[in-house]
Amino acid sequence: MKRRWLTAPYIIWMLLFTIVPLCIVIYFAFTDSVTGAFTFANIVSILDYASIFLRSIWLSVAATLLCLIIGYPVAYTIAQCKPRTQRILQMLIMLPMCLSFLLRTLAWVALLEDTGILNSLITSIGLKPLPLIRNSGAVILGMVYNYLPYMILPLYSSISKINPKLMEAAADLGCSRRQSFTKVILPLSMPGIASGITMVFVPAVSTFYISQKLGSPGTIMVGDVIESQFKGAYNPNLGAAMSLILLILIFICIGLSNRVTKQHNNEEVTL
Amino acid sequence: MAAELIRLKDLVMEFGNERVLDSMNLTIEDKKFLTLLGPSGCGKTTTLRIIAGFQKPTSGEVYFDGQPITDLPPYKRPVNTVFQNYALFPHLDVYDNIAFGLRISKLPEKEIDRRVGEMLASVSLKGFENRPIASLSGGQQQRVAIARALVNRPKVLLLDEPLGALDLRLRMDMQNELKQIQQEVGITFVYVTHDQEEALSMSDTVVVMDAGKILQIGTPEDIYNEPANAFVADFIGESNILDGIMLEDYKVKMFGQEFTCVDKGFEKNEPVDVVIRPEDIDIVAADAGHLCGTVTNVIFKGVHYDTIVDFKGFKWLIQTTDYYPVDSYIGIQLNPDDIHVMKRSEYSGLYGDYSTFSDEYDDITNADESADEE
Repeated sequence: MKRRWLTAPYIIWMLLFTIVPLCIVIYFAFTDSVTGAFTFANIVSILDYASIFLRSIWLSVAATLLCLIIGYPVAYTIAQCKPRTQRILQMLIMLPMCLSFLLRTLAWVALLEDTGILNSLITSIGLKPLPLIRNSGAVILGMVYNYLPYMILPLYSSISKINPKLMEAAADLGCSRRQSFTKVILPLSMPGIASGITMVFVPAVSTFYISQKLGSPGTIMVGDVIESQFKGAYNPNLGAAMSLILLILIFICIGLSNRVTKQHNNEEVTL
Repeated sequence: MAAELIRLKDLVMEFGNERVLDSMNLTIEDKKFLTLLGPSGCGKTTTLRIIAGFQKPTSGEVYFDGQPITDLPPYKRPVNTVFQNYALFPHLDVYDNIAFGLRISKLPEKEIDRRVGEMLASVSLKGFENRPIASLSGGQQQRVAIARALVNRPKVLLLDEPLGALDLRLRMDMQNELKQIQQEVGITFVYVTHDQEEALSMSDTVVVMDAGKILQIGTPEDIYNEPANAFVADFIGESNILDGIMLEDYKVKMFGQEFTCVDKGFEKNEPVDVVIRPEDIDIVAADAGHLCGTVTNVIFKGVHYDTIVDFKGFKWLIQTTDYYPVDSYIGIQLNPDDIHVMKRSEYSGLYGDYSTFSDEYDDITNADESADEE
């Protein structure tokens, strides 16, 4: 525990740019926008936006589940490959993360637009254009596309840590391949599942750009509303209150996930 | 003669260009403790994995009770395995680990509870039911692994170097315990190890393997007293292996002298390998000995002294309880049953000379001495 002072730059940084702003957010959330007096009005008026909160949650839950369903088989398959192949595939999974988030989302706009690449293809073979953009599906697609690597990587790292001998032990004790998976691999990859879900759900629930570009006014999300409170409507107090509620929501999610991870880590020390 | 339980017929296993098993034939008898013994890479673990069903042989058949099972997946075979490093399920506690196989075969919980309880008692782990695996010592994990396999009442228990990770003292205790368990449950144990002492002290039958081939099958006494070739003689215990010529039945010539021995059935004047175990040699006064030599090194081993004696440039290992200092000139006496004559093999000349082959007995000479000899 010596040399604790080496962490000083980080602590000062955190203090200045995380803790202090957080306090400011809390201060704004509980004060009136005009008088500056203490009030619960901002928090109460969030109730008007309850449907947007719920929509944000369901869209990001849907995106998270899709990421899990798509990501798990991928992570599992990578973990079975030769070490060299594993490294290459890992790189490929991370490749989209090297491109700008905005660029990737705009690329989807270009693909899905009514006059976009996909619809041009469809109309060119004489079919009617499809409503590919400005709906919840497009928003979920955008989120899945952007956040999938954050699901695959923790899953991969937890699956690849499982001792392959355990599969043999399961088979030896009478498990078919499917049973080996559900009785051994799945429970042992729970920490990966939990952290994958957190890594996708947290940014997804607070996202704002994807829903603006790929969604419609009907698919607006909390992030969008918060952004508009600061930029358009200019009610930073309401925006701060919303951020606070979102923060609490995210904390609850992380707390749940940590519990799962911790429980497993306790049991998973040696071998 | 016990009944045959497992038969391996012409097993060949190749990984790429490497032949790990070379047409191996072996019959494993019911209710016996059989050990596959050999250095690493000799194919013993591969043989075990083929019996368990984790690997399919390149060619050849495995028969169980007369039925071919070569294509049967592991979960359909009436065998269970105790893995090297145990492979216990880290997400389950002791009880659930042991109950794992019974739950898969969907036994009623009551029956499971009874059998797990019995098993815990017989491996002396009562009271550990709800302990997580990571909190157990190596020896305790070992017991859980054995219990997890035996609770399914397999016809054969396969053990893959199960004691390798334990310290010496615990290993000795577990050796006794394993043998006892095997006799109690009365099933076949197939045990893989590279430790000759383990093999000798537990087995009914020892199978010595090297480079994918079986070199000798026999009881521990047979293997030790009548090794088939220089490799077996050297691998099982310590041996002085000398060049000799079999003059006629019961007469062997070495070091220019004739000795009476108990072996026969060789050609006249056939070159042979002669094994003399270090503990069989009696040291006597120089003038009373069959051979005379100079002591070059003495190491105290507790029960005995390892005495290295130079006979005309060929160094012998002699184990005696008497101390003879370095440079003393001594004689040795050999009785007919101390001399074991073997046919020449591809291993002849590779083993059993304690002046050049000191790798596995590396404390007999120090660095300068071995440099001098080369």
